[in-house]
Amino acid sequence: MNKKVRFLQGNEACVEGAIYAGVDFFAGYPITPSTEIAERLSEYLPQRGGKFIQMEDEIASMCAIIGASLTGKKVMTATSGPGFSLKQEAIGYACMAEIPCVIANVQRGGPSTGNPTHVSQGDINQARWGTHGDHSIIALTASNHQDVFKMTVDAFNMAETYRTPVILLFDEVIGHMREKLVIPEEGELEIVDRLRTSVPKDVDYHPYLPREDGRLPMSDFGGEHRYNVTGLFHDMWGFPSNNPKIVNELLRHLVDKIDNNVQAITRYKEHCLEGAEYILVSYGSSARSAIHLAQNRRNKGEKIGVLELQSLWPFPTELVREKCARAKAVLVVEMNMGQVLTQVKAAVDNPDRVFLANRIDGKLITPSDIKRLLRVIQGRGV
Amino acid sequence: MAKKKLLEIMINRDWCKGCGICVQFCPTKVLELDGREKVVAVRPEDCICCKMCELRCPDLAIEVLTQEGDKDE
Amino acid sequence: MAVKDYLRERFFPHMWCPGCGHGTILNALVHAVEELELNKNEIVMVSGIGCSARISGYVDFHSLHTLHGRALAFATGVKLSRPNLKVLVPMGDGDALAIGGNHFIHAARRNIDITAIVMNNRIYGMTGGQFSPLSGPGVKATTAPYTTIDNNFDVVELAKAAGASFVARSTAYHVKESTELLKKAILHKGFSVVEILSQCPTHYGRKNKEGDAVGMLELQKTNTAKLGSKALEDNPGLIPRGIFVEKECPEYCEEYDKIIAQAMKGRNS
Repeated sequence: MNKKVRFLQGNEACVEGAIYAGVDFFAGYPITPSTEIAERLSEYLPQRGGKFIQMEDEIASMCAIIGASLTGKKVMTATSGPGFSLKQEAIGYACMAEIPCVIANVQRGGPSTGNPTHVSQGDINQARWGTHGDHSIIALTASNHQDVFKMTVDAFNMAETYRTPVILLFDEVIGHMREKLVIPEEGELEIVDRLRTSVPKDVDYHPYLPREDGRLPMSDFGGEHRYNVTGLFHDMWGFPSNNPKIVNELLRHLVDKIDNNVQAITRYKEHCLEGAEYILVSYGSSARSAIHLAQNRRNKGEKIGVLELQSLWPFPTELVREKCARAKAVLVVEMNMGQVLTQVKAAVDNPDRVFLANRIDGKLITPSDIKRLLRVIQGRGV
Repeated sequence: MAKKKLLEIMINRDWCKGCGICVQFCPTKVLELDGREKVVAVRPEDCICCKMCELRCPDLAIEVLTQEGDKDE
Repeated sequence: MAVKDYLRERFFPHMWCPGCGHGTILNALVHAVEELELNKNEIVMVSGIGCSARISGYVDFHSLHTLHGRALAFATGVKLSRPNLKVLVPMGDGDALAIGGNHFIHAARRNIDITAIVMNNRIYGMTGGQFSPLSGPGVKATTAPYTTIDNNFDVVELAKAAGASFVARSTAYHVKESTELLKKAILHKGFSVVEILSQCPTHYGRKNKEGDAVGMLELQKTNTAKLGSKALEDNPGLIPRGIFVEKECPEYCEEYDKIIAQAMKGRNS
């Protein structure tokens, strides 16, 4: 059978990935540059018996998908900077109440209304710390449409596995650029479905008592088990508690269930990394320029490689440290003021040899932009 | 329609917070607050089984148990 | 089933103050559900934040205690994804009409089959007695020491204008009427709003010289009158009680089912 090959936007590749992963419900609000995700899903979801709703605002969209997730559906929303800010309180709710959901943030320039139709990667830290209070979060990204598809599938899988919101941090270039996507056959990529409780009717069900492996089997609203879901600290039945022991244990569980699985969650790619003296650490659309430069210089005999990060949170500290251990210098290539740079500096043994190659003017960083800085670091003049 | 007959006015003293709503609005003054600010049925014989105390109680602490009169089953 | 079977008795006595009208509204609601003989597994109660929102912890339904003002948005997700569920959304003044005002008018506009219960006590109780958008002018509150100058919403008029297909009002005093209105609202297909005037003796009654719970209930009795009653005709300044809107309109989830049918047909042809 012929593979399904499409030529489409990154936002559409995200939609294809979501459909493949089994999305049932989408709630959203129009915002550039993510709107195509809502548009395509408004068309595709009802074709599959799924539901699409355009809500009255960004906050409502986030809340609606949480409500739908509780009835057993795979859910997602999509937004960009200002909308992502508005969603933060409800994202924290999903963290606290451990409700699987996927949020695609197609990044544009900020702060505030910023640079709506231009690219940026300025929301990396917001994805991590946007909502208040201690918590952990998963954030994935991609530099091409095949990976956008795959990371979207992964996002749904991880949301179900860890019962957490998962953030897809795409950017305007990825979202709007058109390129080829080969849609995998059914069964080619693993799909994680919701883990449902096997506790029978009328037997005490503990919705918030983790199994030994840390997973929490769910029961759908409308099912046999009636329990409580709250954003307050809660006991194993989901009822509010401020008992210090319960508060302490729950918060640790929320952080540990993700941070202790950083290896399983980590997604990355290596490009020309073998024996590289200069390593470009990058992600999203800026990784495309980094990869282009590395491949180009390799052909000329220079030992330059790229470590492309596809999972940004939890940050793959060990991976970065290990991969960059023998590098003469590390350049973090990103389109912000150094949000991943901070993480890389904290990860490596020699933070003084970590440099930032960035662009923050709404234009895609180019191989030449990176090369200029690289030449200085290499001591080859300005 | 048959008249309801009172079986018992059940008061959950643990739930009652002594607001006095039932006492004030009982049409036949069946209820009073005791020294601990909990409601007691002091004149159950006057109860007309309107159940307004049960319905209006903000603490859901009152249940008026009744029996249907002869004509109903 | 008995009324108690709809409660999570282990959490009683509840956390509301003595004489709080919210307890009476809970009482009316469980009586309504009991009289309708609804299956507990098919009811989802979604609440926001505040004194009112704690109601969802006390009922033995599926319960979703959400964020301040967002209950209707969460509820919309629940209902649209599983339209067979009965979705009840009790809200306080702030949840319904301050921080949550936008969700209120839009849920009404969609006419999605949700029952919104506005527990109107004209005050923010949980945070200690600040005025609300339902307080109205001339009210004393901890954030209005010189009395309020803010006008209040008329919940009924707002719900009507926004497109709710069932709109009613009663009070905690008129508990039988409240129960009947709640029953009708729950059975109504479409967005239903029941405003129930509630009393907060702790924060509103004391500050505004309305007395204790008993005194406040007396005011609910004397300040309101049934729609179409002589009392209301004679004294139009009274707050009307009863059913203001009850009409059949296309319901959101049913309309969406038609979209699904259309989309599937387009795909298969």
